[in-house]
Amino acid sequence: MTLFNVEDNKLRPPMRVTRRTVLWRSGYAILRRGVPDFALLSARSSRASGRPMNHLFFLLTLAAYLGSFAAYVGYLVAGLDWSGRLGSLLLAGGLVAHYFALLERARGLHTVPYHDLSGSMSLFGWLLALTYLSLELFHRQRSVGAFVLPFVLAFFLFAQLSPPDRFAAPPATGVIFAFHVTLSILAYAAFGLSCVLSLIYLGEQRLLHEHRVGDVVWRLPSLDLLDRMSQSSVLVGLISIAIGTAMGFVWVDRLTGNVWHYDPKYAVTLLVLAAYVFYLRLARNPSWRGARASQLCIFNFAIVIFSFTIVNLFFSHAHRYF
Amino acid sequence: MEIVLVGLNHRSAPVEVREKVSFTNDQARQAAEELRARGILHETLVLSTCNRSEVYGVPPETTRESAAALSNYLSSFHSVELELLSPSLYHHYDRYAVRHLFRVASGLDSMMLGEAEILGQVREAYRIAYEQGATGPVLNRLFQGALEVGKRVRSETELGTRPMSVASAGVKLAERIFGKLHERAALVLGAGAISEQVISQLRDRNIARLFVMNRSLERADNLARQFAGKVIAWDDWESALTLPDVIVSSVSAEEPVLTRAHLEKAMAARGNRPLFVMDLGVPRNIDPTASSLYNFYLYNIDDLTQIVQQNRTSREGEVPRAEVIVDEHVGKFLTWQASVEIMGVVEALRDKLKSERAEFIRERSERITGLTPQQREQVESLIDDLLEKMLLDPARRLQGEKDLRRKIQQVEAIRGLFLPDRKR
Repeated sequence: MTLFNVEDNKLRPPMRVTRRTVLWRSGYAILRRGVPDFALLSARSSRASGRPMNHLFFLLTLAAYLGSFAAYVGYLVAGLDWSGRLGSLLLAGGLVAHYFALLERARGLHTVPYHDLSGSMSLFGWLLALTYLSLELFHRQRSVGAFVLPFVLAFFLFAQLSPPDRFAAPPATGVIFAFHVTLSILAYAAFGLSCVLSLIYLGEQRLLHEHRVGDVVWRLPSLDLLDRMSQSSVLVGLISIAIGTAMGFVWVDRLTGNVWHYDPKYAVTLLVLAAYVFYLRLARNPSWRGARASQLCIFNFAIVIFSFTIVNLFFSHAHRYF
Repeated sequence: MEIVLVGLNHRSAPVEVREKVSFTNDQARQAAEELRARGILHETLVLSTCNRSEVYGVPPETTRESAAALSNYLSSFHSVELELLSPSLYHHYDRYAVRHLFRVASGLDSMMLGEAEILGQVREAYRIAYEQGATGPVLNRLFQGALEVGKRVRSETELGTRPMSVASAGVKLAERIFGKLHERAALVLGAGAISEQVISQLRDRNIARLFVMNRSLERADNLARQFAGKVIAWDDWESALTLPDVIVSSVSAEEPVLTRAHLEKAMAARGNRPLFVMDLGVPRNIDPTASSLYNFYLYNIDDLTQIVQQNRTSREGEVPRAEVIVDEHVGKFLTWQASVEIMGVVEALRDKLKSERAEFIRERSERITGLTPQQREQVESLIDDLLEKMLLDPARRLQGEKDLRRKIQQVEAIRGLFLPDRKR
């Protein structure tokens, strides 16, 4: 197998590559040098990373999400019950189609679907939709759908428009790694949802304070319910990030035999964890409950965005693969 | 099969006339019994609320005669002069009676557009008549349809969702902030009529705890007992303001009863828990500058009146959608009615043809000799088969006719041509 080395743009002589050596060397290279050693990567992988997603599932997903958004807006603006139910149904359909789209991509690339920016964004959108739908079913509240779907659509579409990978990701596989990444992205999605709910809370509270009680306000959830939904979402996020981070440590330990290896990402993740634990604690305090807690939640999500983008791109070694 | 409706409501009669013609449940049962016993109606149902008294029925005779008989009966039952009653009475027949009932059940004919109570009242009136055996297949179908249309209008439109009074608007706003009120507490300042209305609304929403404060302890106590609340002494503000999530103020006072300083202290003492205040007093009882406090929501009577006005406009905007649903159900009922009518007409035609066949054979057989009884039987059977064959296609076409108007016209044509003596 001829391998392509991105560092010197030269072809290396073929070497005997086994699955184990690929895993070990790519993981070790990431930890040591901070730049993936693409000499170990399969050419097929790098060619495959440019392969487009299956259009059928993409179109189905897009149609379902767009239809769901329109239906939720119809429910919020016109108060049509059937429109709300249709929105939920289409969202569920979109989730199924999106799942198959991710699966198709993973099969085509012979790797996990989130190994690059495109995949991560797509998975984020999927998990955001899944978290929202779960919250909707648990709290029996549909009126927030019109606010969440634009974000789901944005991430889904952004995933398609994201630039081609500069580097192909290491073939990091295994259940532990899969759980680590999925739970981490689920945490970000849950935090994102709580941010949206907090924004709605602040908006509705302002309208109530200013006595601008129109059609939409009557259909939105009560402030108390928005507060509880936000806290539920944060709780899901906290559990996910805690377990996901632990899985990350386990994976690193198995890879290197060393559980601790400093990466700025760890510090920021800890900061995110602490920020949301602080939020949950304060949100139960009557003095903080309400607008102040919502503002804190929005600020916390800014840290999450910082972690997902700036830290991953410029500071982290192990998480800079896109 | 026809339907007749005779009644009066808040539009056709002043309250002095309405109160004379209202029925209690027992009176409704008695009237239903008497109307059937006297042969004025086969099926009867009396619907009586504070804003209307109506009698629905299926008459044995033509509707016009029944309507007149019903008016006389109402006059004699309530001992009200017919000349006094007649100008207030309205009469509706068939599809117009059906449409009227469906609009009543939907809240479209109510004094407060879209009110929810009327559906329960229609349900109760139907239950009483049904248990008494005063209804039959027509009124059963009619009132089941009315309950269905009432539910549909309320679930598919927003006709009944927005509050239409200051009291209900305030309570709904409290629900916007706190969600369900079953774990919340309310403090009512003042023991007047408005306070009573708000407390009634709060109790309907299952508010957990209720406190009443009034300068007159006796009036506070009376109000608290009525609604299972507790009384707090008028000057015990420190503890009073820490208890509730909702405060309703409606006291007569020239100066605000609660100033910003009071409320700031109270909010600090209660840990800044959200507090919703309805200031229904004129002049205002609550210092308006307090509205800027954290987690403090203040609505005065003007704010609530404006919300009610917006809701009224919004409800009126829902009326066309509700009317479409009503029309749809009127169509369904008439289709059912026509189907029953078709079967009745076809059966009546079959019976008439059979009796004429028997007469025809009896006359002709005297002239035809030499037929054995067996052969006579075969001839009769052949004629029967021919009649059935002749009726089969028209009956199928009638059943299959989708256009209701044409269907009704065809039934009328058959009745007119072949059954001129048959009563409808």
